[in-house]
Amino acid sequence: MTAATVAAPDIAIEVTGLSKSFNGREVVHDLSMQVKRGTIYGFLGPNGSGKTTTIRMLCGLLTPDSGTGTCLGFDIRRDADKIKRRVGYMTQRFSLYQDLSVRENLEFVARLYGVRDPRKAARDMIARLGLNGRDEQLAGELSGGWKQRLALGACTLPNPQLLLLDEPTAGVDPKARRDFWNEIHALAAQGLTVLVSTHYMDEAERCHEIAYIAYGHLLAHGTVEQVIAASSLATWTVTGADLNELAADLADKPGVDMVAPFGTSLHVSGRDHAALEATVSSYRDRPGQHWQHGAPSLEDVFIDLMTRARDNFQ
Amino acid sequence: MSAVEGPDREVEERPFGFWRRSYAMLVKEFIQLRRDRVSFAMIVMIPVMQLLLFGYAINTTPRHLPTAVLLQEDSDLGRSILKALENTSYFQFTHEVHTVAEFDSLLLSGKVLFGVEIPRGFERAVRRGDRPALLVAADATDPVAAGSALGALGTLMQTALQHDLFVGDPPSLPFEIRAHARYNPAASSRLNIVPGLVGTILTMTMLIFTALSVTREIERGTMENLLSMPITPVEVMLGKIVPYVLVGFIQATLIIGIGVLLFGVPVQGSLLLLALLSTLFITTNLSIGYTFSTIVQNQLQAMQLSMMFFLPSILLSGFMFPFAGMPVWAQYIGEGLPLTHYIRIVRAIMLKGAVLENLRYDAIALVALMLLAMTIAVSRFRRTLD
Ligand SMILES: Nc1ncnc2c1ncn2[C@@H]1O[C@H](COP(=O)(O)OP(=O)(O)OP(=O)(O)O)[C@@H](O)[C@H]1O
Ligand SMILES: [Mg+2]
Repeated sequence: MTAATVAAPDIAIEVTGLSKSFNGREVVHDLSMQVKRGTIYGFLGPNGSGKTTTIRMLCGLLTPDSGTGTCLGFDIRRDADKIKRRVGYMTQRFSLYQDLSVRENLEFVARLYGVRDPRKAARDMIARLGLNGRDEQLAGELSGGWKQRLALGACTLPNPQLLLLDEPTAGVDPKARRDFWNEIHALAAQGLTVLVSTHYMDEAERCHEIAYIAYGHLLAHGTVEQVIAASSLATWTVTGADLNELAADLADKPGVDMVAPFGTSLHVSGRDHAALEATVSSYRDRPGQHWQHGAPSLEDVFIDLMTRARDNFQ
Repeated sequence: MSAVEGPDREVEERPFGFWRRSYAMLVKEFIQLRRDRVSFAMIVMIPVMQLLLFGYAINTTPRHLPTAVLLQEDSDLGRSILKALENTSYFQFTHEVHTVAEFDSLLLSGKVLFGVEIPRGFERAVRRGDRPALLVAADATDPVAAGSALGALGTLMQTALQHDLFVGDPPSLPFEIRAHARYNPAASSRLNIVPGLVGTILTMTMLIFTALSVTREIERGTMENLLSMPITPVEVMLGKIVPYVLVGFIQATLIIGIGVLLFGVPVQGSLLLLALLSTLFITTNLSIGYTFSTIVQNQLQAMQLSMMFFLPSILLSGFMFPFAGMPVWAQYIGEGLPLTHYIRIVRAIMLKGAVLENLRYDAIALVALMLLAMTIAVSRFRRTLD
């Protein structure tokens, strides 16, 4: 275990061996990770894998059962107050006041953080969010996409150094999602560190680094390329007719770890390259189907990680 | 995000952070209260309704109460007295009896609330100037009904009989009215009720307002956001209590105002002192309600706990039953309830014109209870979601 309290200045988050149990069930297990300052760090994993729990431990909302770590150089156990002052946390569920207007919510946040001239800060943020004309609308009456924008605005308003965004784009339309990500990149360019959890593969690919967590275990981390390479997965893409029968047929063949339909094609993946090759060769020359060897997609890798994790930890 | 100067910039610590954050919380609570029309209506409706109910429906001057007459002689004077009694419209003669036993049994069974006895030789005694006694017996199990009728008896008779009998200057009744409140000699009057009501209504509304405050944040999911920001338990508490002090103050003014204007309750002592100590009492109740909300899991439990506190407050504070008449153990519990002290304070200021000197003990007790509640609340407030 490293002396986490003396984190290097270019490290925003450094945690070692974090664990957390609820009612005797361990939901985060021995989790270690490092996030460099100024990067966008994607946090992926299936439902209930412990993403929210980890993020809450990072900002002092939950106390880890064991493990140590620093956030912006402050101890996550002892210096929660200092961390809170410098971190913007956007919760998974909308948690601003539904019965306060957009402006009132922002002014509340600005006052709490001691921002100079809260009214002006709120006004500026409303303009920046493109919410002009909606300042007096109650937050609870905003559409899903606007709620997310408002929540992002509220947590960036006090000029944090680190943003923890928990599924900020869940249920948001593609255009709004793209705008949201442009915003996040703009913030990172200004020097902010962003840790963002998501279920979307395209969003994962827009991150500088990603981590994959399942059943509370951190299974992979690094850049997208590193994660794909580390999976040592070989993937074949099949197009053509009768793919459903083929999928059923292939599922229990040697070397095949995963068969997943992707739109009009089928992804056949396996870690044992030779065995997969042998199986595929007997199918490859069938008429009406076209086989192509390719790199696995991030999704292939994640589904494979998750399947293996289920076998190991369940 | 307008001016991010880079990852190394330090967070500026501005002065008065404590007050600023409490103020932020306070503004937020005010806005929420203003938006919550039902709660807002309750602030005005509860005191007005309660007071009118108690004041008119329950405490109203009773009329046409069933009354028995025990006539021991048949005289002109006796008849005009009865006529005068009936004219007051308090009494309505429903039974005429001739023996004391009948008279008693009617009262005992509750068939009548009053009994009037005109003794044998009454008229002659009056003429002789002996000032004989006219017995008016009342069933005082309902002190309110009996009390007001008995209280008004003397004056009413005097006015009613003015033309029949005129003796002396200033005119006085040539006989003595011997009013006998049976079963409950210490009949309390309406004057006692209004001051007590101020405290009771404030206890109920203040408790509930703050008892819901923390659980509401948890149930609506806003607590997670609030806890992720740099605010301390004391700041949250202040922000959540202070707006309601104002609300409580408005309620107290409303109740006392109605009491004075509609029911003619006097304010003998200093209004300023009454306002100050009322504010203290309001804050104490708000602190207790807030403490409840840091203990319970949801809003239903918060309501139940408030009720659990409210009932003994009504029963053991001296509002319903005279404090001195309670068993010692109940008095000990009573001393631990803010309402007990406040009822003493209000009654003393409004009816007896007491000054702070006289009320020092009760005021200190209220401060102590408030600090105790606040300490528990701050230490119970959970700063994490664990
Ligand atoms: N306060 C709590 N008490 C008990 N169990 C909890 C609590 N918070 C989370 N859990 C459990 O811990 C597990 C991990 O939850 P968590 O919210 O961290 O997952 P997640 O990765 O964020 O999932 P999702 O993608 O659905 O948001 C879940 O099984 C959840 O039921
Ligand atoms: Mg989650």
